Amino acid sequence: MAVEEPTPMKTEDGWTSARAHGAARAAGTGRAARTLRVRVSAVLLAAVVLAVLLVPPLFPVDQQAVELTAKLRPPSWEHPFGTDSLGRDLLLRCVYGLRVSLLVGLVAALVATVLGTAVGAAAGALGGRADRLMMRLVDVFSAVPHLLLGIFIVAMFRPGVWPVVLSVGLTHWLSTARIVRAEVLSLRSRPYIDAAISGGASRTRVALRHLVPGVLPQAVLAAVLMVPHAIWHESALSFLGLGLPAHRASLGGLTEAARGSLLAGDWWPTLFPGLFIIIPTLAIAGLAGAWRERINPRRRSELML
Amino acid sequence: MTAPDTGAVAPKTPTPPETAPEHLPELEHPPGPAPGAERRKAMARLTGRRLLAAVPVLAAVTFGVFALAAASPFDPVAQYAGTAGRSASQETLDELRANLGADGSFVERWWHWLTHAVTGDLGHSTSMRQPVAEVIGERIGWSALLCAVAFAVAVLLGTGLGVAAARRRGGLLDRCVTGLSYLLQAAPPFWTGLLAVWLFALQLGMFPAGGLSDTGSDAVTPGGLLNHLVLPAGVLALSQLPWFALYVRQGVGDALEEDPVRGARARGLRERTVLLGHALRSGLLPVLTLIGSRVPELITGALLIETVFSWPGIASATVEAATAADFPLLAALTVLATFAVLAGNLLADLLYGLADPRVAFEEM
Repeated sequence: MAVEEPTPMKTEDGWTSARAHGAARAAGTGRAARTLRVRVSAVLLAAVVLAVLLVPPLFPVDQQAVELTAKLRPPSWEHPFGTDSLGRDLLLRCVYGLRVSLLVGLVAALVATVLGTAVGAAAGALGGRADRLMMRLVDVFSAVPHLLLGIFIVAMFRPGVWPVVLSVGLTHWLSTARIVRAEVLSLRSRPYIDAAISGGASRTRVALRHLVPGVLPQAVLAAVLMVPHAIWHESALSFLGLGLPAHRASLGGLTEAARGSLLAGDWWPTLFPGLFIIIPTLAIAGLAGAWRERINPRRRSELML
Repeated sequence: MTAPDTGAVAPKTPTPPETAPEHLPELEHPPGPAPGAERRKAMARLTGRRLLAAVPVLAAVTFGVFALAAASPFDPVAQYAGTAGRSASQETLDELRANLGADGSFVERWWHWLTHAVTGDLGHSTSMRQPVAEVIGERIGWSALLCAVAFAVAVLLGTGLGVAAARRRGGLLDRCVTGLSYLLQAAPPFWTGLLAVWLFALQLGMFPAGGLSDTGSDAVTPGGLLNHLVLPAGVLALSQLPWFALYVRQGVGDALEEDPVRGARARGLRERTVLLGHALRSGLLPVLTLIGSRVPELITGALLIETVFSWPGIASATVEAATAADFPLLAALTVLATFAVLAGNLLADLLYGLADPRVAFEEM
């Protein structure tokens, strides 16, 4: 949906990957460029998080304060992002919108990850018929376009914070479930698990001491990569008028509200909320991508961002 | 269903990977499993198998849709009766419930809906006040047109940009294409669409901002339609393009490092032939397997783009239906979209088999 980093297609044998490595270095996608990308992403993400955490307490201004004498002012020193059709400062509104988007995104990504990890781990650990049944379920779910299913859920449960979280969570657990299941299956065949079992370890001990730590990095990575997806999905729902209520305008809601001004020719109320969706998406994707390369340098990951 | 990347590649060549990576020139590998007519039969069998497999999936999806609706606070009777429902007697409401087919458990309602849907009766849309089948019939052509044009543009342009970027990885063009692709992938299509409206429709006045025909006239003329199609199709294509560009760049770039390409260069073939005949051909294969997975993304994009540009297609009907909690229409549209996804997967597998004679259709 959002940023997808094509992972190397064939690096199973070290022979190709060694050469690909040389090519990558020649192509400027080597370590130096990667380090730069990680640093830029980290700075951007830190800026976003700080803005979201610090602006509301430091500037106790009412972001909803209507000032009709100053409506639709273009960007200036006083209002860096301009003002909207009700004279509200857009920078402030964007920061508050980002706060809502990030919060909903985090909670929704958490829901999706917990659900996906539970299903994937259960399928991988139980195996047999239960595994087949659960994976069929995943297949059925992935045949329905995410946003459409999300729209359906919100339509049936009425727009609001929890339906939106539910809608993101119920549509985004599939990839996590697949990843975790694959990871559990691969771990189960490792000698150290056999050793633990023959050493008399109980099922619970094997699961908690050996399987969970092995699966955890992948699950956490999936969760992190899920956040931009969740933000994206929520903003799309909000843009369609099916998301959060107007007094909790997220970035998608702000874009939707700006449509009228845009048709009158004022671009700033539309431009800035969109930029605020793009920046955290790229920052998280940049960091998570580098992390993925570290923990998973060779295998082609199923993760799609 | 079809994870197109599982077991789709079935290289029959038992040669060790060191001497023969996946991309062998046509002449060197033994002929594919079944040439000519045999192969067409195999494709027909695959199509039949997939259609059969789609039946339980569609049934399961509708079941899930009915289960979700049953779990939600949504009540069709209250919605139908509106404010009059508050003053109506219980008997009237019960009667209404029976008339709407909303009595009984959701499993019964699901079965009722399913048996009727098979005969083509998809129920009555509450928000459009007309049969669901009619709503879909009126709109599906416009959506198909928009999606097909956008998808074709995205595939062609994305492949072109990907190849151009792969030619010299790390070059200026490559960095521009990759950077723009990441940016475009992170940008929500509705936002890109709105900015396109601002720039091309309002500032430059080149294209209309939305709809099918100019204001004041209802007639849809081919020329006018084309004019109205440019912006929505362009933005939808722009939202799908980065994926193709990045994957083709990766595939072709990798293929350029491989022995067949080195061999072709050593034989003194023209760079053009090497790039398009050797590298693109093998580099495109992995992309082709994943093309089916783009259908959901295309539908997602269409949902947003049609809303931005007031395009009278299925997707904008979905949004209207959702706003009005129009269950019959939403249920039918969900099934339709699921079907489109399954069809897309099948199409991708067939294309892949056509492009790579080593693929055995029996194993898909």
